[in-house]
Amino acid sequence: MNADAINDIAARHPEAFRRPLWKRYAAPFGVLLCILYTFYCWWFFSIGIVLEKANWNLAGAYLADWVSYEIRPDIEFKDDYLTIDYSRFSKLGSNPNPDWVIKQIAVIERRGGDAAPAPAMATDKSSQGSFMAPGAPTAENPAPSPDKSVPAAPKTVREKAVVAATVVLGSGQIAITPDLVTVTRGAESVIFDIAKDRSVTPRTPLPDWIEQRKPGSTAYVSFGFLGRAEVQNDEVIAWRRFFGWANFVFDTNSPFWGKSFGEVASLIVSGERIDASRSNAALAWDNILYNAEWQHGDVWLKLLQTIVMAFVGTVLASIVAFPLAFLAARNITPSWMANQATKRFFDFLRSVDMLIWALFFTRGFGPGPLAGMSAIFFTDTGTLGKLYSEALENIDDKQREGIRSVGATPAMVQRYGVLPQVLPVFLSQSLYFWESNTRSATIIGAVGAGGIGLKLWEAMRTNTNWANVFYMVLLILLVVFIFDNLSNYLRRKLMGTVGNGNDKRPQRTPTRPLPAAQIA
Amino acid sequence: MSATDVYRAPALSTEGALVEQHWRDLAARRRLYTIAGLVFLLLALSGSLWFANETNAGKFFDRLPHIADFFVELKPRDWFDPVRALFDLPSPYDDGSLKFDYPEGRVYLAQGIYIPEYFYRMIETLNIALFSTLVGSTFGFLLCFLAASNITASRWLRFTTRRFLEIVRAFPEIVIAGFFLAIFSLGPIPAILAVSIHTVGALGKMFFEVVENADMKPDEGLRAVGANWVERVWFGIVPQVLPNFMSYFLLRFEINVRASTILGAVGAGGIGESLRLSISRGHEAKTIAIVFLLFCTIVAVDQFSAWLRQRLVGRQAFAYGRGE
Repeated sequence: MNADAINDIAARHPEAFRRPLWKRYAAPFGVLLCILYTFYCWWFFSIGIVLEKANWNLAGAYLADWVSYEIRPDIEFKDDYLTIDYSRFSKLGSNPNPDWVIKQIAVIERRGGDAAPAPAMATDKSSQGSFMAPGAPTAENPAPSPDKSVPAAPKTVREKAVVAATVVLGSGQIAITPDLVTVTRGAESVIFDIAKDRSVTPRTPLPDWIEQRKPGSTAYVSFGFLGRAEVQNDEVIAWRRFFGWANFVFDTNSPFWGKSFGEVASLIVSGERIDASRSNAALAWDNILYNAEWQHGDVWLKLLQTIVMAFVGTVLASIVAFPLAFLAARNITPSWMANQATKRFFDFLRSVDMLIWALFFTRGFGPGPLAGMSAIFFTDTGTLGKLYSEALENIDDKQREGIRSVGATPAMVQRYGVLPQVLPVFLSQSLYFWESNTRSATIIGAVGAGGIGLKLWEAMRTNTNWANVFYMVLLILLVVFIFDNLSNYLRRKLMGTVGNGNDKRPQRTPTRPLPAAQIA
Repeated sequence: MSATDVYRAPALSTEGALVEQHWRDLAARRRLYTIAGLVFLLLALSGSLWFANETNAGKFFDRLPHIADFFVELKPRDWFDPVRALFDLPSPYDDGSLKFDYPEGRVYLAQGIYIPEYFYRMIETLNIALFSTLVGSTFGFLLCFLAASNITASRWLRFTTRRFLEIVRAFPEIVIAGFFLAIFSLGPIPAILAVSIHTVGALGKMFFEVVENADMKPDEGLRAVGANWVERVWFGIVPQVLPNFMSYFLLRFEINVRASTILGAVGAGGIGESLRLSISRGHEAKTIAIVFLLFCTIVAVDQFSAWLRQRLVGRQAFAYGRGE
């Protein structure tokens, strides 16, 4: 092709070669606009500052909390022995004695006068649960001193106490004696001299997994995912992380706690009654439902509320929108007034956001599923009404004419001439909304409209229950998955086909892009 | 079926009668299914309603008369008061309480020029929505080609991308927002992240379905002259899908305006938070002002987006996917 031919083509198609300026530069201009807008938003929301201030370590810990839990032994230095404490509602039950805390016990002699009150207090603290099950004094705590009643007696007592302890965290470990702490991770190890209540001094330079902000202060030790520890001048606190969800089925107060599946099964099937008033199966079920940590019963109830909110909201909205759509369609009701009034009513319902309806109804009905379902009902009456009336306005008139020509009454014209055309569209739209409402009902719940949203939100705000959050998220995902498939199945059954992306057949649905909620 | 009763059927042959009988059986069975379905729906509905009523804080019939009370309570002192609340003008009822402190929230741009508080909050919400739609659609745009079967040959890449988009889409926005709320403090950024992440999934899916329905002839031409993958996508696919992408972008923006309002109400700032506070504190003039502003904005956004979409894609239909 030579230059003449090119010029010739250019002369014949000026619109392709000399396009207006704005059209030629539309793409770079659009991209530039987007970039400028990004800069504007960066400034408007001060994103840079917020990202800088964000606590990313916290993010890692919270994410790890989704699938794991921590147990925190708290080892206090006494003069020449140690006390080991666990947090009050420990996941190990009221009498923890895990095998990854190795204790060395010896008989020591100490003066009763000054030291006795301290271990006595420690004992009380560590055996909080003993109101219910008075356990035998365990080895890790100095046994309650016989001289507890006469603490002031200035005599020396001989008793068993922990003189050294080792906390094992996978490949790392912390060996603790009253004046020396050895921290080992992999091949490296660091020895700290402890001057009680004064300072923590490492003997060697610190590796990068230990941080000491100023000389003599607390040392922060990291073992990666396995856990972390703080070496303080009066105690060592270790957090050991375990993969999984602790006490998911039975909590520590349950008589079934800590038993293997086989043991629980045999107890339920043939065991003696633990509680005389009811069978073991009933007791086990009750313990599961009222598990204090996981609150299964409550979570399931709230989840059911969310499902019910979406279901009732969508069904009621469809029922109400159905007759109103006939009123709004101008080819069905030839009255301009009625059309406009109904359409503006739909617009009003739709445009007052679901949030506003939810807040109003939460005020009206009090928090709970009634508020949520009313909000969904009101919003979706508007949206479904609009979609229904559009479907009605797009029908084929020939069927109606045919029915009318054989002398049918107006009602029968609607029934046999209109309904068969639009019913599949109506049902399909309603099913789409059912699906999408199952999702939005979760969010609506968080503003007080009931359901799992609120529970989820409360669990997140405490920042400690991330495993529960993940549990609820999994349940929600499961429900969404089930209802997606159910709605697809129903659509296929009722409509015969399901319009997927590869379906090249002409569609009966109105010729417009997807209505908003369908891509929600 | 009264029409068939009037119609006198001619005498049928044996085969005809058999067909007739068969048809009647089928019709009867279908009617039975329909009735059974409706009865089931009715049972499920009434059961659900009963359950909802039982587990609600207030009972339906106890609370019903009070719904109206709430709207009556919403009546402001005078009908000009919501206007003052909307434009942050001083109220004659100002008693130093939060209820009538309209000028407090003014955001000054310069001496004497201010944006009224609720307008500023509304701009914040709109910005959250627009920015997160932009971020989400950018990533959705990048990912959609990897998920489309006519562009990406590698099976596992397609599979991974699609599953990723699905998970991201189904993950509740509120959880993402709550998680980031714990890391960043209160503010709009958690909402932006939550809405963006959800948008990536939702738009990515819509986008790749559009791409899969694209005409492959330009692509063939480009392949014939030896274009690489990026060139094929950029010159062969993007020009034909861009109008539909823009249309979906606008639809998503509409949805995100609502979503960011709701997220605002749970602590992510913007107009949603103002609304929740004013409703729960019983500030009637402020509530009316905010509801009015929100209503107008949503109508305006919807209208604008509908108009723009009409210009972009006309009344052209494009085969769309299973929704969501």
